[in-house]
Amino acid sequence: MAAETDKPEKMMDVSVWRGGPDGGAFESFKAPQQESQTILDVVTYIQQNEDPSLAYRFACRVGMCGSCAMMVNGQPRWTCRTHVQKVLKDNKLVIAPLRNLPVIRDLATDMTVFFDKWTAAEASFTPTKTRHDPMAPINPETPERLAASEAIECINCAVCYAACDAVAGNEDYLGPAALNRAWTLVNDVRDGGHESRMDAVSAAGGCHNCHSMGNCAQFCPNELNPTASIAGLKRATVKAALGLRK
Amino acid sequence: MISPHRSHPLWFAFLLHRVSGLALALFLPLHFYVLAMALTSPEALDGFLSWTDMTIVKLAEYGLVFLLAAHFFGGLRLLALEFLPWSPRQKTLAAGAVALAFFVSTTFFLSAV
Repeated sequence: MAAETDKPEKMMDVSVWRGGPDGGAFESFKAPQQESQTILDVVTYIQQNEDPSLAYRFACRVGMCGSCAMMVNGQPRWTCRTHVQKVLKDNKLVIAPLRNLPVIRDLATDMTVFFDKWTAAEASFTPTKTRHDPMAPINPETPERLAASEAIECINCAVCYAACDAVAGNEDYLGPAALNRAWTLVNDVRDGGHESRMDAVSAAGGCHNCHSMGNCAQFCPNELNPTASIAGLKRATVKAALGLRK
Repeated sequence: MISPHRSHPLWFAFLLHRVSGLALALFLPLHFYVLAMALTSPEALDGFLSWTDMTIVKLAEYGLVFLLAAHFFGGLRLLALEFLPWSPRQKTLAAGAVALAFFVSTTFFLSAV
């Protein structure tokens, strides 16, 4: 701590949620403001200089791995790409674990249920060919491929899942990320799991739980639009129910 | 107090749709009860209808017609969202639904006073 007090740095107030599965409370820290500083930088500063027992999760620090998302001033954000200057309010930051997920400790959530729902939505590729077949030609300009490409860049950060009020109201709801992934596969001409996926995404907890509030699209750090994907799934399930082709 | 993760136009559109839907669900039984008075007790209905000359009741009707119109046009937006190809202009469409609701309800109010 001595090194920080030598310099006339501008300090900010940081409230960090501390606790575990059984509850917890916010703890106050001071952290110096720096140029181009991210929220993850602030959390790391606190862990390295104030309290080494602070638990949080990160890996790549460049917005690719999707492991560092947290609630920042009440909004879900990827902390490694969120600049402090963009979200600092009254010289204060409030940092908490992601909403809608059980907490392991402090800022680290247990994402098991999030990924279990990807499996439940059958959001995995069902091959129709073997490795002995020639590679399937994919035309990137077809409407199906364009729809899939628009939704494909998900990094599994669970920001949309934390933002979603439908998830908050129904713990069985599969959530925006899993359904968004299912939508990319509905549009993948190589995929062979359409019928069972339609059953999975239209069952209880499926796409029809979405109220189109758009929180997912509002906060997706990669600017995907799961609300649009889920609307596409709703249309696809209606077509499937009417016996029409997808 | 609206939570920070909800402060964006489409969440407010959701809120308006839900609140207007609940308010109309509460209103409709009352509406049918009053209409049924035409058959059961016309004198009581006439007595009740004399209330509608009061300014406060006209203002309440203005609110009611606004909620009905907002639910109608907002519902059309949601039907289009779910059954037509996706349009990225959802915020514009939601704002348009509110504008139309204001237009319809204000027209109603101006012809009522």
